[in-house]
Amino acid sequence: MDSAGQAVIAEVLEVIEKRTGTALESFAAEVGSDDPVAVEGGRTRWEVGGRCPEGIRLVRAPAGIREFDPADMTIRVGAGTPVEELDAALAEAGQRANLPLVSGATVGGVLAVGRDDVYALGRGRLRDALLEAVYVADDGRLVKAGGPTVKNVSGFDLCRLLVGSLGTLGLVGEVILRTWPRPAARLWMAGQCDPAELRRKLYWPCSILWDGLTVWLHLEGHESDVEAEAAVARSLGCETVDGPPPLPECRVPAAALEAQEFRGRYLVQVGTGSAYVSEPVPLPEPDPAVVALHRRLKAQFDPRGRLNPGRDPLAAT
Amino acid sequence: MKLLKASRKDPLLRDLRRVLPPDRVRVAPLERSIMGRDASIFEGGQAGPVCFPISTEEVQDCVDAARRHGRAVVPRGAGTGLAGGAVPLEEPVVVVTTKMNRLLSVDADQAVAWVQPGMINLDLSRALAPYGLHFAPDPSSQQVCSLGGNVGTNAGGPHCLALGVTSAHVLAVEVVLMSGEAVVLGDPDGWGPGLDLRGAYVGSEGMLGITTAIAVRLTPNPPAVQTLLLAFDSVDEAAQTVSAVIADGIVPAAIEMMDKNIIWAVENFVGAGFPLDAAAVVIVEVDGLPGGVAAEADRVAELALERGGRVRRAADDHERALIWKGRKSAFGAIAQIKPNYYLHDTVVPRTRLAEVMNQVYEIVEEHDLQVMNVFHAGDGNLHPLLLYDRREPGVMERVHAAGSAIIEASLAVGGVLSGEHGIGIEKRDFMPLMFSDADLDAQARLRRAFDPDEMANPGKVLPTGASCADVNTLGKVPEGVWG
Repeated sequence: MDSAGQAVIAEVLEVIEKRTGTALESFAAEVGSDDPVAVEGGRTRWEVGGRCPEGIRLVRAPAGIREFDPADMTIRVGAGTPVEELDAALAEAGQRANLPLVSGATVGGVLAVGRDDVYALGRGRLRDALLEAVYVADDGRLVKAGGPTVKNVSGFDLCRLLVGSLGTLGLVGEVILRTWPRPAARLWMAGQCDPAELRRKLYWPCSILWDGLTVWLHLEGHESDVEAEAAVARSLGCETVDGPPPLPECRVPAAALEAQEFRGRYLVQVGTGSAYVSEPVPLPEPDPAVVALHRRLKAQFDPRGRLNPGRDPLAAT
Repeated sequence: MKLLKASRKDPLLRDLRRVLPPDRVRVAPLERSIMGRDASIFEGGQAGPVCFPISTEEVQDCVDAARRHGRAVVPRGAGTGLAGGAVPLEEPVVVVTTKMNRLLSVDADQAVAWVQPGMINLDLSRALAPYGLHFAPDPSSQQVCSLGGNVGTNAGGPHCLALGVTSAHVLAVEVVLMSGEAVVLGDPDGWGPGLDLRGAYVGSEGMLGITTAIAVRLTPNPPAVQTLLLAFDSVDEAAQTVSAVIADGIVPAAIEMMDKNIIWAVENFVGAGFPLDAAAVVIVEVDGLPGGVAAEADRVAELALERGGRVRRAADDHERALIWKGRKSAFGAIAQIKPNYYLHDTVVPRTRLAEVMNQVYEIVEEHDLQVMNVFHAGDGNLHPLLLYDRREPGVMERVHAAGSAIIEASLAVGGVLSGEHGIGIEKRDFMPLMFSDADLDAQARLRRAFDPDEMANPGKVLPTGASCADVNTLGKVPEGVWG
């Protein structure tokens, strides 16, 4: 068969798969409905929120871009797709999704972990990136949460609940994400100035990081706007740099650092409530009523505790 | 079912009046009749005692009393909802939060404010003006709707295209659960591991608890704004221009569309200067820093001209305000034409706008009705307004049939049931068109995790079979509720 013929067959198969959801159904069958199971992405944050028991059965969500209409600015993608692959596909259309570009991580993985990247101040929270998710429930059934359009209030908002749930409520197989235009210009700057003053004087900074002495600032947008905002930052002592400093591994509430007069190395992510530290600090205890709601949700969605056992979203810092 | 005796001997009333002063627990027929409705077409809701608490503790006391007497609770803000979400069924205790209307605190540096749920949407943005900040969601009812109601419905508005609907602007909510406990979901600082309970709560239409305080994220007022009024000779060209703007990678602050009938009605009503010879107008607003605003406005104008449009740019704030006055007066203007209207709310992919608009016109013609379209075109959020006179015999059947056909046409192209009004009673029984049994079961599980006895606003959102509650059959919706 010639390559054109093969392409036609590939296209037909793709259409069939789209219509029948074969990949999702196979994933659901693999997850099954009986034994404990954990979903494996890129293992970049494998132990966040706790460890799964040794020897637990592992499954992987389907990978690949299922549907992308650049003119609609949404994309349907298998949860097992690497975020870098997604980003490359979107870049060709001048777009991006608001997911953290963690090297080696998958779309389902970064959503399950739910940790924002350093750009949350300007681009918005990761939890708002998800429009629709199809997940495998504890009983092996496929469940759809949300809807494919950029605006949707049909029923309860289960999508928000899935982001950051560490796969403890359902194993996400496929998602629809909202996409955004890639900005024409981007710039990192750094200098020694007051991060609050910097934030006040700029209209829409994309990221402000602060280690107690130095401020790192990310600007993005139209060329002339980035240039104008950069001029404001320069007047406060910032200079262009290659990028942000490496983030220390532990994420903690910024308020906890202030309260404890923390003396180690830290990096505050201004405007997001988060800070990154090299050594863990004692965290505030969650409200017992909040803990109780977590238990009741788990009991409703996974009464037998078979989905990603050992992981606790409340411990996922 | 125990119906309210409306006498001092009613033990529920006695208990409520023990925790709230008598003038804030009302049972007069007029009061209960007003609280039996919201801004939807649904009539015949039945309110039990109507409570006006002024603090979180008083809300807790109301819930405790209702629980002791096995009575449901319906939270209510300003009652401007369009899907019947606040219509009480079977005489629940109605907890109205309009007297909890204070701005509790503003932290301009962190761009966060705590507000009480009864505060009016527009009052918040007015109060924030000195800080150069505002609350982004701006529903057409923003002069009267409450922020608690905005949280309940996950409200939108023209300026939610780039910035997202209410959920993206709520950092935390204080909620009284049906156990009587008060709990803060989310974190005003933005920190917080754990499940996004805040996100699950926003848009839950009063079925998970009662909102008693809200930490809202504030948006800086843009340094530059340009508003364009694009006029087209056909709805098709207008819709294609909207799709072209999105496809070009521009996400304006707002893209609103109005068709000929509504243009005429509005011009007659407020004289906003809309062109009467146009088949459709599109209002595009771009905001942000001056460079991007100028470039995007030019590009939008170019895309409109290429598609046969005429372009007018608002020269100053006055002209811009007039254009928006025209857009936001649309609903009031309709009364000139027919005494009643039924406003629909579906969303379709932005690439399918022209196609679905044409279907809407066909459907309405088939059912011998009139329609006007004024909607959030940029996110594909259709708002066909079906005009009718309810005194005309048999007209309601046609209105409902046309409405169903519009919903089905929207879902057929990959759309959804509601973009911003919510499900309430209105679309409860359409939910199976969009969701499978398993999907609905998952939503019912979320509900039960918060409210195991299904005591908060029963009978809404989830259709028969999605939940154990016995109030969920259509047959049990009191007669007359369907109007």
